[in-house]
Amino acid sequence: MNSASLDRPRIIPVLTLLLTLAASSLLQAEGWKAGDSLPDLKTFGLTGAFPSDLKGKVVLVDFWASWCAPCKASFPVMDELQKKYGTNGFVVVAISVDEKKSAMGKYLSKNPVAFVTLHDSAQKLVAAADVATMPTSFLVDRTGKIRFVHTGFEPDKTKAEYVQQIESLLKQPVPQP
Amino acid sequence: MKTKRLLLAAGLAVLTWNGTGCANVKPWQRGTMAEYVMRSDRDPMADGLNEHLWFSREAASGGRGVGGGGCGCN
Repeated sequence: MNSASLDRPRIIPVLTLLLTLAASSLLQAEGWKAGDSLPDLKTFGLTGAFPSDLKGKVVLVDFWASWCAPCKASFPVMDELQKKYGTNGFVVVAISVDEKKSAMGKYLSKNPVAFVTLHDSAQKLVAAADVATMPTSFLVDRTGKIRFVHTGFEPDKTKAEYVQQIESLLKQPVPQP
Repeated sequence: MKTKRLLLAAGLAVLTWNGTGCANVKPWQRGTMAEYVMRSDRDPMADGLNEHLWFSREAASGGRGVGGGGCGCN
């Protein structure tokens, strides 16, 4: 038996380990997608005034940050949608991923909005959602299922999509308990 | 044989470094990168000075769309 054949069994597991490590660093965790159920937001350590009940409502869960310009550009649109469809069972829940709560507070005090804003201080919820870009929003139907995912914000295009999708979801019957 | 093993060890070390050393900054972790001080064009005067040093050193006046002959004298 020569030395090369002695070395081979040692090399194979080492190479396998290295390749696994390299592959795992490249693979992305799978986040929320259309068809998934929205998890209970209260289990992620969010701070802020939670909406009383989201059951049976059409919910727009939006991830934003005070340092993200397109996120801030989406605020007037979401505010308008909340005011327009709020009485029909539509709720916007905007979740700030700012590391500092003061940054979120500073922005909101200058730009007050009619919708719910929560703070994901530990960035646990956003990590579970594994958003690909900022902002990302998830439109959830009355049964609690994610139906549409919006990545980024383009003022006219995204607004038109929101209106069309929200109106179609609001037409669904409210599920009976 | 010793050299072969050393080369193999070095190769494995490089593979480990390249395979596991990179970290992805997630979209929600880019708050610091979005700060004003991270902008390369935050100080117009420093930009002008750096630009002058650059085209003087490289004899590349006009290389970024500014007129000139490359003498570094303007």
